[in-house]
Amino acid sequence: MAFGKVLDDKTSARIQRTVASSISRKGVDKKGTAFQMVLLTTLFITMLILVVLIFDVVQGGWEVLTTRLWGFMRGEIGSGTFPERLGVQQGLYGSFWIAVFVAVFAFPIGIGSAIYLEEYSRKNKFSRFIELNIRNLAGVPSIVYGLLGLFLFVEGIPFLTGPNSNGRSATSAGLTLAVLVLPIVIITAQEALRAVPSGLKEGSYGVGATRWETIRYQSLPYAAPGILTGTLLSMSRAIGEAAPLILVGATTGFLGSNPNILDVGSVRERFTAMPIVITEWTQKTNTVNEDVFIPSAAAAIVVLLVFVLLLNIVAIYLRHYFEKKRES
Amino acid sequence: MTTTQQVQHVNSPETKQPFTVEDLQMNPARSNRQKAIAGVFAVTAVTSIAISGLILWTLLAEAWVFMVNVDWASVWDIGWFPRRGIYDIKTLIVASLITTGIAMMVATPLGLGAAIYLSEYAHPRVRSVIKPVLEVLAGIPSVVLGFFALLWIAPNVVGSFSANDAGSLAAAGIGVGILTIPLITSVSEDAMAAVPSSLREASQGLGARKSATTLRVVLPAAISGIVASLIIAVSRAIGETMVVYIAGGAAQTAIYTDFPTEKGLTMTAAMASQGSGTDNVVGEGLTFQSLYFVGLVLFVFTLGLNVIASRFVNRIQEKY
Repeated sequence: MAFGKVLDDKTSARIQRTVASSISRKGVDKKGTAFQMVLLTTLFITMLILVVLIFDVVQGGWEVLTTRLWGFMRGEIGSGTFPERLGVQQGLYGSFWIAVFVAVFAFPIGIGSAIYLEEYSRKNKFSRFIELNIRNLAGVPSIVYGLLGLFLFVEGIPFLTGPNSNGRSATSAGLTLAVLVLPIVIITAQEALRAVPSGLKEGSYGVGATRWETIRYQSLPYAAPGILTGTLLSMSRAIGEAAPLILVGATTGFLGSNPNILDVGSVRERFTAMPIVITEWTQKTNTVNEDVFIPSAAAAIVVLLVFVLLLNIVAIYLRHYFEKKRES
Repeated sequence: MTTTQQVQHVNSPETKQPFTVEDLQMNPARSNRQKAIAGVFAVTAVTSIAISGLILWTLLAEAWVFMVNVDWASVWDIGWFPRRGIYDIKTLIVASLITTGIAMMVATPLGLGAAIYLSEYAHPRVRSVIKPVLEVLAGIPSVVLGFFALLWIAPNVVGSFSANDAGSLAAAGIGVGILTIPLITSVSEDAMAAVPSSLREASQGLGARKSATTLRVVLPAAISGIVASLIIAVSRAIGETMVVYIAGGAAQTAIYTDFPTEKGLTMTAAMASQGSGTDNVVGEGLTFQSLYFVGLVLFVFTLGLNVIASRFVNRIQEKY
């Protein structure tokens, strides 16, 4: 050291002790501790709400689920005069076929748009316009999509979507929800494709692969987990969504047939879906049959939550798993 | 295969022909396939524009019929009775604003607090547990929150300070608020994570405490993202349907109210209840068109909010 020692050892040790004790002493930063406590409390309240919510629903549906689970899964949306016939099969049927329509229409179109936007299009005004448009579509309230579905699929093409049901069918509902989740599929797939390292693509071009070959054999396999996460999340969104279905004409009361889940023939008939079943039964609060419908509604929520949360948990797990794998 | 063979052929000493452009060009079949595939993807990308166009056209076409034919005195009246020809839009807008306001009063402190804690304080291991739990909360369908709002929040929370323990705007608002917590948390946490750590280190290097660093350095730097998260949450809350439809307390019709603990009908709930129950949405006169008129008003609200929010997000991107 060019300057030599300014302080002797003893003094510097004392200063060190004083400084250390003044900054590490407990309770010295009272405001900071209080702030941290407030933050922790908000987090705690949020978690508590989630716990109370799930506990309330499971407790409400417990009796139905434990005493007559099979009958409940096979039952009808029907009337409250026969509580033993109440069940979710028609709802499961509608939700299943809605999911099929979403998978068939929204996934290919959504992933295709994402590939176009990330891999093909030049960054010009037109592609910026498409991207802005997709972002705005993602923010459109779901009920507005219901208006679109009502106008387009129910009133517009009933001869295709439901010749016997005035267009009020699982087909119309599925198409409407496919339109609704399309922006989500596009945005998540775009993010996944954007995360593909450019070295991978450049290497592929370098050995003479064409653009499509590069996408097919490099970008898509690398982005697949991310794209899959996005599709699973949009699927869970679609089967939990109720507002557009109400406008598309989901049946809330007695439904004639009780089709098997895999019965394709009924997709153009009158339909209902899990969230609609729940809504309908919940709205029986303060009516004569309240004590039949409310526990059933809670049980139906448990059934729906099992599907939705399973999709979510698989998606979240996949993402974390692949993120970790990439990092290592 | 063919390309390599050609190249070898050209280079072989017997021929000694010079390279031509054709030799380096792609096999025409292969190149046509490329163009076809690119064309298919371009078509899929245009679908989203078509959807936007259809939404606008649908809303405008039907709302136009309503606006031309309606007696405008009935749009500013005592309440929302579409089947009787009374379409008081202010009843719906005020109810929407009340539920949204209550939702934001619930969601802002909880969502922001959780975001700040997760971004600045939480141990990585705590974070890795809590973030997925919040994502689970985000994945809960809105009908479930509707059930919870009507059967738990209304009697236990709203019922504790008012006489109304059935559905009310307040119960619905709290339910919507719970739904928007994860949205606020994830967007504003992203904004705080985007603040360069050099700013935090500089602040701590100057001797600022953790809380001062968070409140005076990180939050101001992330403020546009945080504001954007709140605006997006407002837009989501206004457009939320099922919670207010189930827990709002009013069915089909509503008399004007600006009292949160009364039952009320928001724009979204009015549309849903008009579409449900009966076999046909079509009712007397302009009932069907009034649905699209309300839809247009709602669309304008949410689109405006989303555009403002994206301005805020863009601003933060420019800064660093």
